Amino acid sequence: MTMQVLFKNRHPERIATLEEYCKSGGYEALEKALKKYSGSEIRSIALDALLLGRGGAGFPAGKKWMTVADNAPFPRFIVCNADEMEPGTFKDRVLIHADPHQIIEGMIIAGYSVFAERGIIFIRSSYENAARILEREVSNARQAGFLGKNILGSSFSMEITIHRSAGRYICGENTAQINAIQGKRANPIQPPPYATEKGLWNLPTVTHNVETLACVPHIIRNGHDWFKSLSRTSTGAGTKLYCVSGRVKNPGCFELPMGTRLSEIIEDHAGGLPPGYQYKTCLPGGASTRFLPKDLYDIEMDFESLKRAGHRLGTGSVIVFDQKTCLVGATLNMIDFFARESCGWCTPCREGIPFIRDILFRIENGEGKEEHISWLQRMSKFISNSYCALAPGAAAPVESLLTYFEDEVREHISQRKCPFIQKDMLS
Amino acid sequence: MIEEDFRHFLENRISASDHPREQIVDTIFSLQDRYGYLSDELLAEVSMLFEMSHLEIEEIATFYEFIYRKPVGKYVIHVCDGVVCWMNEYGSVLDHIRRKLNIDYGQTSHDGRFTLLPTCCIGYCDRSPAMMINRRVYGRLSPEKIDDILKNLD
Repeated sequence: MTMQVLFKNRHPERIATLEEYCKSGGYEALEKALKKYSGSEIRSIALDALLLGRGGAGFPAGKKWMTVADNAPFPRFIVCNADEMEPGTFKDRVLIHADPHQIIEGMIIAGYSVFAERGIIFIRSSYENAARILEREVSNARQAGFLGKNILGSSFSMEITIHRSAGRYICGENTAQINAIQGKRANPIQPPPYATEKGLWNLPTVTHNVETLACVPHIIRNGHDWFKSLSRTSTGAGTKLYCVSGRVKNPGCFELPMGTRLSEIIEDHAGGLPPGYQYKTCLPGGASTRFLPKDLYDIEMDFESLKRAGHRLGTGSVIVFDQKTCLVGATLNMIDFFARESCGWCTPCREGIPFIRDILFRIENGEGKEEHISWLQRMSKFISNSYCALAPGAAAPVESLLTYFEDEVREHISQRKCPFIQKDMLS
Repeated sequence: MIEEDFRHFLENRISASDHPREQIVDTIFSLQDRYGYLSDELLAEVSMLFEMSHLEIEEIATFYEFIYRKPVGKYVIHVCDGVVCWMNEYGSVLDHIRRKLNIDYGQTSHDGRFTLLPTCCIGYCDRSPAMMINRRVYGRLSPEKIDDILKNLD
């Protein structure tokens, strides 16, 4: 068993209580932060700890906090992004169900670091159970004096509310989420101004992923050097919640050192592939990352290693594909998802993704033509000229399918059918 | 058409918020929980509650997957068609429900109990294939398990 930080209090089928969390050192970091450190010291500690955003972009949390100007107007907002809608990703759900108070404590400390007195947890509607857990635990935290006016006798006050979404992938995008919370159609807004300057109600707004915020109390309590020492790689820091799903024996969410090798995650923790199946490829970080070629099976799973190899860690949610699964069919499923979830605001995304879907549908159903390959290559480049990251994400599986599995695509075209056992093609 | 005391409940919740517009989705969810779906009449009520135009509310309502602008059954079944459920043959889950309830996507059963709709990845990939019924999730589905689940809904 490797060092468990975020999952220290994880029990099967049970949520850690406030008492359990406090017994394991919970809310000590908040007290330490409020009594010992200034907001700017907290920001420096997070920066030194190399805490990179766990929602997919990997942006340094400390740096994000530093973009809130000292003389920025009040009130300021901390948003916890629990709109986990990246296909294959479920770590935030597992984390909320395991030990929710570290997220709340992380939000309060993050709030203190930029003097934000209002926190909003934005949560997707299929996580209704998690939303209720958070509502209950926020209220418990308030009763215990960790939220509300003059927290632990300090001059800092904060309130946290839960905002339920009604279900749309784009709401996970920072600027779209800001529109969603304000009761507007959730189109992304192209910066500048950045949300940390003008976000919710034109006031400074700092958004973090659930897992990022959960790391904050542990960093404050144990120091940045300790946090960095948790990682297997020098470029990473902390632990990472890796989700594994698809063709593995034991799908699940595992807390492992940042930079754990992909092969180790799949074989030692998710039990490897079931008998009769061989590994073909995986998506390392959800549907908007690139298929990995086989020679990267041993890659160290941190932001920097994948970036160096021309890939993205994304949410660290590994979807494993075996040799019997058709990658054209899988990509068609994902592109159909992106086409449905596109907000339709900008042309490359609204028009380009359905075009790709149509071509992939033809190839999968035996109507593919030679020229379709170059059409797909061109279009997957073109759609990246979009407003936000949805379309470049949608292009990632398509482009990597053509790069690493062109033979498989060509087989569909030459055989005029899907060479794999036909699966359900309804979408 | 909203009962007076329920309207008061909604109004109080809206006015307690620093920014009333934050409450739009919650208000629509409350109305759906009570009346089933967001009818044109209810949409008009929402626009009055928030002092916004019908179009502004419509723009929000039609944007989201779990806001229903057409009548739905007592139970709305959303079958997850994310890529992991695709690999785990959500199609067989769908076929079983279709045959059993004699409805297709977008349809409601004759007794008004069930509506069948798709949904994108619901984040239960470790318990795939999965579905949601009235915002409750069921995973590791098999035909027998689906039969049990449907039977146990009152």
